Amino acid sequence: MAPRSIAQLAQDLRARRVSARELAQQSLSMARSLSGLNAFITLDESAIEKAIPKVDHVLAGIPFAHKDIFCTNGIRTTCASRMLEHFVPPYDATVVEKLAAFGAVSIGKTNMDEFAMGSSNENSFFGPVKNPWDSTRVPGGSSGGSAAAVAAGIVAFATGTDTGGSIRQPAAFCGVTGLKPSYGRVSRWGMIAFASSLDCGGVIARSAEDCAHVFAAMAGHDPRDATSADCGVDEYVAALSTTLKGIRIGLARNYFGAGVEDGVASAVHESLRELEKLGAILVDIDLPNAALAIPAYYVIAPAEASSNLARYDGVRYGYRCANPASLDDLYTRSRTEALGAEVKRRILVGTYALSAGYYDAFYLRAQKARRLIANDFANAFKSVDLIAGPTTPTVAFKLGEKSDPLAMYAADVNTVAVNLAGLPAISLPAGFSQRLPVGLQLIAPMFAEARLLNAGYQLQQSTDFHLRTPEVAA
Amino acid sequence: MSIDHATVRRIARLARLSVDDAHLENLANELNGVLRLADALAKADVEGVEPLAHPHEQALAMRQDAVTEPDRADALLALAPQSRGGMYLVPKVIE
Repeated sequence: MAPRSIAQLAQDLRARRVSARELAQQSLSMARSLSGLNAFITLDESAIEKAIPKVDHVLAGIPFAHKDIFCTNGIRTTCASRMLEHFVPPYDATVVEKLAAFGAVSIGKTNMDEFAMGSSNENSFFGPVKNPWDSTRVPGGSSGGSAAAVAAGIVAFATGTDTGGSIRQPAAFCGVTGLKPSYGRVSRWGMIAFASSLDCGGVIARSAEDCAHVFAAMAGHDPRDATSADCGVDEYVAALSTTLKGIRIGLARNYFGAGVEDGVASAVHESLRELEKLGAILVDIDLPNAALAIPAYYVIAPAEASSNLARYDGVRYGYRCANPASLDDLYTRSRTEALGAEVKRRILVGTYALSAGYYDAFYLRAQKARRLIANDFANAFKSVDLIAGPTTPTVAFKLGEKSDPLAMYAADVNTVAVNLAGLPAISLPAGFSQRLPVGLQLIAPMFAEARLLNAGYQLQQSTDFHLRTPEVAA
Repeated sequence: MSIDHATVRRIARLARLSVDDAHLENLANELNGVLRLADALAKADVEGVEPLAHPHEQALAMRQDAVTEPDRADALLALAPQSRGGMYLVPKVIE
């Protein structure tokens, strides 16, 4: 049986074919029976009592999960780090507040790479998440638990965050739809910071239609986040039905370069042909500075991380080492004992890039490259409405396969530029290669999320890749 | 540019992280690998390019100069590993 969409579940609830409590119960029991996936860090059993729809909204009574990076009042929020293993926030993130206000029912917190640093979910203090399509493979990261939970059918949707691909890449690896909104579109208040000029909250769901319902509830200006975009939101659900006739889609040659597997490229081309049948016009484009994206990203993101993570010092909250000999010993041992290898590596890279004598060569130069990358997109969008390519060069790789951090970073080649420019992008299920899901990435101009969701929805009216489920979901 | 052991120690010290001697060589290699990525930045022609620090170059919003946050000192201090009398406690700094 095809998985139920959010709209279908909402209809079932309205017609009283099922109750919100039953849905929450089903979700929780499925999460427990699929605990081998390790998709959750914390389950919230109280979800069943809380599942009493008080409002009339499509999300009311729908079970979902939050990535464990969003602060939840009274429910521990770990960011998959030993540093925050016992951290119970005294407040809700804006995103948490908003989804709760519409009656959506959170059943727990999903696993992720520690502090969202990683592309495989292997950097979690709570152990790696398994890909529901093949338990010997990674689900992608950093929002790997969210993508796996949706793919396995445990929840209808899950929140995620995307700093360099952390929503789109796991969505691609798990065969679900992932929307990374424009920078500033979704409030970062209460979302634990990694790289503040890149971090973006978003959603992973089965379809573009489901994403539209959730995104409409999450988006909007928040005075508590100084970087929140102070501009209106669109009618994301209403825009789904717009025709794609005449829409111009740029194929970025750079995104089909060396390292892209043949099976991935051909599945993506197949989906692009579907879009063509729907009236889209495909145009070749060039993004001349695309090769600078990985170097710029792996300077800027660690630099911002090293600054953001300075707050974990063992004084105000989080882990504190035993028997500190001095204040300095307290800082150093608390951080050394409670942060994982990848997080420390990035802190060290960032500290170096920002240190006296190196700032100009690294951080400032990376920011100049960032401008060139943003300009490339701005130029391309003068002649096209969307830009397309594979979300990832390969299908999900094996757990433990990429032990070299640089090999892991290289896999982000098609996703990081979008964050540097702050643009919205979506990953859509685009078929299979080696029996594993492939993702099609569409990129839109600033604040044009409606166009991404519209294109995704139209594609999903003529394909059914988004309805395929792994065996574990049966 | 290459990072030697002394540099790894220096930046680890700046970041308040300690590094075992046994891991020093490995870490230096990994950091050098990451920084080699930046060679592409060194070669890029960025002459006269204005740095981009942030996707939106919007001015910070002004707000009323009024208290908006409630007093949550107790809830926040409850998160601290050690506190007393409304203060965070740390090891003695001055003898």
